[in-house]
Amino acid sequence: MNATPLQFRDPVLARSMAATLQRLVAQLDRPVAVMHVCGSHEQAIAKFGLRSTFPKALDVIMGPGCPVCVTDVPEVDEGVLLARQGVRIATYGDMLRVPGTVQSLADAQADGAKIDIIYSPRQAVEIARETSEEVVLFASGFETTAVATAAVILDDPPPNFSVLSAHKYIPPVMEIVAEMPGSRIEGFLAAGHAAVITGSDVFEPFVERNGVPVVIAGFEPMDILAGLVELVELILAKTPKVLNAFPRCVTREGNRAAQEQLWRVFRQIGGRWRGIAHVPNGNLRLRDEFAHVDARKRFTIDLPSLWDFAPPALARQCICGDIMAGIRNPRDCRLFNRECTPENPIGACMVSNEGTCKIWHLYGGVPDLEASA
Amino acid sequence: MNRVALKQGGGGRAMRALIEKVFVRDFATLPFDGVGISAMDDGAAIRLGDEWLVVTTDSHVIHPIFFPGGDIGRLSISGTVNDLAMMGATRVLGLTCSVILEEGFSLEWLEVVQRSMVEACIESSAPVVTGDTKVMGRGELDGIVINTTGIALTRTLVRDNGLSAGDRIIVTGSIGEHGLAVMAARHGIDVDGKLVSDVAPMNSMIATIVDKATAMKDPTRGGVSSALHEMASKSGVGIVLDERSVPMTPQVRAVGELLGIDPLHVANEGKALIGVHAADAEEVVARLRMHPLGRDAAVIGTCVAERPGSIILDTGFGRRLLAEPEGEPLPRIC
Amino acid sequence: MCLGVPGRVIEVREFTATVDFWGVRKDVSLMIVDEPVAPGDYILNHVGFAIRRIPPESVAETLALYEMLIAGDDADLMTSDVRGEISGAAKGTS
Repeated sequence: MNATPLQFRDPVLARSMAATLQRLVAQLDRPVAVMHVCGSHEQAIAKFGLRSTFPKALDVIMGPGCPVCVTDVPEVDEGVLLARQGVRIATYGDMLRVPGTVQSLADAQADGAKIDIIYSPRQAVEIARETSEEVVLFASGFETTAVATAAVILDDPPPNFSVLSAHKYIPPVMEIVAEMPGSRIEGFLAAGHAAVITGSDVFEPFVERNGVPVVIAGFEPMDILAGLVELVELILAKTPKVLNAFPRCVTREGNRAAQEQLWRVFRQIGGRWRGIAHVPNGNLRLRDEFAHVDARKRFTIDLPSLWDFAPPALARQCICGDIMAGIRNPRDCRLFNRECTPENPIGACMVSNEGTCKIWHLYGGVPDLEASA
Repeated sequence: MNRVALKQGGGGRAMRALIEKVFVRDFATLPFDGVGISAMDDGAAIRLGDEWLVVTTDSHVIHPIFFPGGDIGRLSISGTVNDLAMMGATRVLGLTCSVILEEGFSLEWLEVVQRSMVEACIESSAPVVTGDTKVMGRGELDGIVINTTGIALTRTLVRDNGLSAGDRIIVTGSIGEHGLAVMAARHGIDVDGKLVSDVAPMNSMIATIVDKATAMKDPTRGGVSSALHEMASKSGVGIVLDERSVPMTPQVRAVGELLGIDPLHVANEGKALIGVHAADAEEVVARLRMHPLGRDAAVIGTCVAERPGSIILDTGFGRRLLAEPEGEPLPRIC
Repeated sequence: MCLGVPGRVIEVREFTATVDFWGVRKDVSLMIVDEPVAPGDYILNHVGFAIRRIPPESVAETLALYEMLIAGDDADLMTSDVRGEISGAAKGTS
């Protein structure tokens, strides 16, 4: 049984699946663009070098699937301001360097703020138990991670613990992308983990409204390739449906208990996603009943103090939204590699390690590499 | 006011940028005959007749100071001995040892650290010949800082820029152990005692192959990725790295996956990357494997003329470009 | 943590379990997973929480599905629909 997870990484099997994908896309006989909305998918694709195995006519675009990257400037500012007020912040590693209006958390840390890097919200609670200082969990991540935050909130955390929620919810942003005029996206690969919680049914209304197929895929190379095969098959058959290509982990109704916990603690509000503009119902905030653990209620966060520094003009020129929709590419952006670089990123695509703009910046375009021999 | 950030100590691009901007630019204007500061190699080499006097220095600030497989003492000796070895200088003439202690530091701990240093000196036949000790007030320093400087003589100077297209890249053993062992210890990840730092002085192993090395570098901070990037760009070649042939223990793989950290970006303190002509590869691997530290030595890559400065990773599924690490590797959520 | 490596349950306590990920032992919380887990089970982990128990037979079934996809004939609408039903119906609610 120990060997089974590794069968989803078998290079021989993967090559056969890649060949199937080639065949199907060749049948389509035209360029086709699909989108995935999960940072883990992009990580896996990048890590295993899968892009070099995809047919050239198939464009697998990374959408707004990196929750940290789409965390907008004001949200980062809230964390930074708290840190500068002397509050101890616990956050995930990739949140540390995301730029705010003036500083990132890393900059605040260099100035003496106390920031703990964690990889589980439970760690944040442990830190709070071991100290008398105020500890704030700066909680980023999509619905899968929000469930974990909800669980620790419901598990009687100590009085010096509170949560600054920057959680996001994926299905609403898929609507935005699908509705963008000129969007080339013909199908979506949905994140397996989020679907473990929400169930595959959550995508039915989206598919009905937009007539675009959604395939839920896992994260091993085989899962991703199989997911793409199923997606292209649906596109070929002009059949908009929800398909579950991750049945070992995803069911139609998902994890009901987890959903209950999630919606007991969080409510949806609209908000800006970095590089995408306003996403109705795309942000998760703590409900009023949980004001006692809400960092936004416990502390006064003086956001206006930063507004004098805000560079709104630059942010307005960011075209990440179009890039993620597949309408334009980084070279179309006036800021790309000039005002917007990995050291000074304006939009989500440049913040994410696997974002389109970052990849183009690092490699001068999509690298033309072949599959393994 | 601009301030130094943690990532600038991490060994990646950020650190190189800091060094170049603040230090190298002006120091490099002073006249000097040999391999000096602008080369930013593992050490400096000063011409002495028909030999080279190789000098290197390192400050050690690691925390925790005791980690699975070693401690700051062992690290401070091994690190400097290894830098000398990477320049081809495997017979160490002498080491200096400067220690700065925080008031209140445990004397027992100091003794353990000192014993580790002595052990490492014996292993590498490198005597500590002089040193310095200072004490700073409580809170002015984090525990202990050790600086070691080493000097050695060599006739064969090996640089990190000597690769040519067609050369093979050899690694002397399994990677990712030091950095991940330290990180696992810091984050309280229990690995059943099998994830330990590889910290060790390599000079006796390197001595067996120094005549065949076209280039050498030890993948410390920034890992194999950082070191190969430097070698590739200084040499003007690209490197194709075969991921499947990179030796790695299952524990390193597992902890890397769990924390979302690529072992290729993680520090090693007892491994070397060696460039060799293709015809010498087999023999060099054989010689390395005869040494206890080199049992898992393997050829992991080939130098190519295309894409100079880039590292292409062949994953077994497909190819991708290996990015340089930005700063300190951090556990990721997504 | 994001890739949610599947791990094997070694020991179960009231709200937490010790899980083995290729030799690394980690403590995970059972507060989210919606069914009981027992030693020997595989679970999917995300940021220190088990989010799903992976039924052992589903692994073999998924691999079989993948074999079918690979062997699959060119755009046969019928086959594609049938296949859709199989994976869409999803293996068991629990």
